Amino acid sequence: MLLIHCPYCGEARPELEFRHAGEAHVARPVGADVGDEDFEAFLFLRANPKGIVFERWRHIHGCGRFFNAARDTVSDRFLVTYKAGDKAPADIEGGRV
Amino acid sequence: MADMLPRDEILEGRMVEGEGVTVMPAAPASRLSLRAPEKSLASLSKALGLELPTNPKSSATVGSRAALWLGPDEWLVIEGSGAALAAACARVKAFHAAVDISHRNTGLIVSGPRCADVLNAGCPQDLSLAAFPVGAASRTVLGKAEAVLWRTARDAFRVECWRSFADYVFMLLEAAARDV
Repeated sequence: MLLIHCPYCGEARPELEFRHAGEAHVARPVGADVGDEDFEAFLFLRANPKGIVFERWRHIHGCGRFFNAARDTVSDRFLVTYKAGDKAPADIEGGRV
Repeated sequence: MADMLPRDEILEGRMVEGEGVTVMPAAPASRLSLRAPEKSLASLSKALGLELPTNPKSSATVGSRAALWLGPDEWLVIEGSGAALAAACARVKAFHAAVDISHRNTGLIVSGPRCADVLNAGCPQDLSLAAFPVGAASRTVLGKAEAVLWRTARDAFRVECWRSFADYVFMLLEAAARDV
């Protein structure tokens, strides 16, 4: 079973306790000149690359917290997990935010 | 008119005695779902009479009362004597949310030298003494149900699950106790 490190619980927990919650770092467009295209991108357009992705996960059957993770979609390996609100680590090879 | 309606305990009278494990319903208890930010902890701890734990997967016990850490701002408080927990928190002015869930949950006691093996039939967490020591508590999955596990002794766990899941959880543990 895949073990996922929860940054709030401070330890690796079985994947059954977690739920995937979509792409991370999708910022809501702000400002007076925000158009339909900006909201289309915010609401619907996702990169879905093959390789390293930044995602939101939720430790729903544990502490209940959302956090972010960098995961390789090829190997399904979690490279790093960090608390919600923290900046994505810059040193993830090939990472895209 | 009845002053108080009798409430049936859902697992009344049921019990499993397997090889090295016993599964039985816990005595009725009052329970509180408590959510509070860090700066309210001091006054809530004082009102409840125990120090709310702040370390992940930990618990604090004073007499018949225990507070289990569920999340960074969430605790499950269990009181075995039947004292009203919500009333104790109602006096606290500091910001918090306290919901009485005494009858939402039901408790099971899984005890015996093979208790961790039996729980591991449905729970994917590492329940060895090194990873889950006495006093450790965690919300997790137990088969298809969500449950809170609390290791009360070396060879005993308290399982808190929702009342509507109690029958399922009991039968899951019953089957596991037969198999391990």
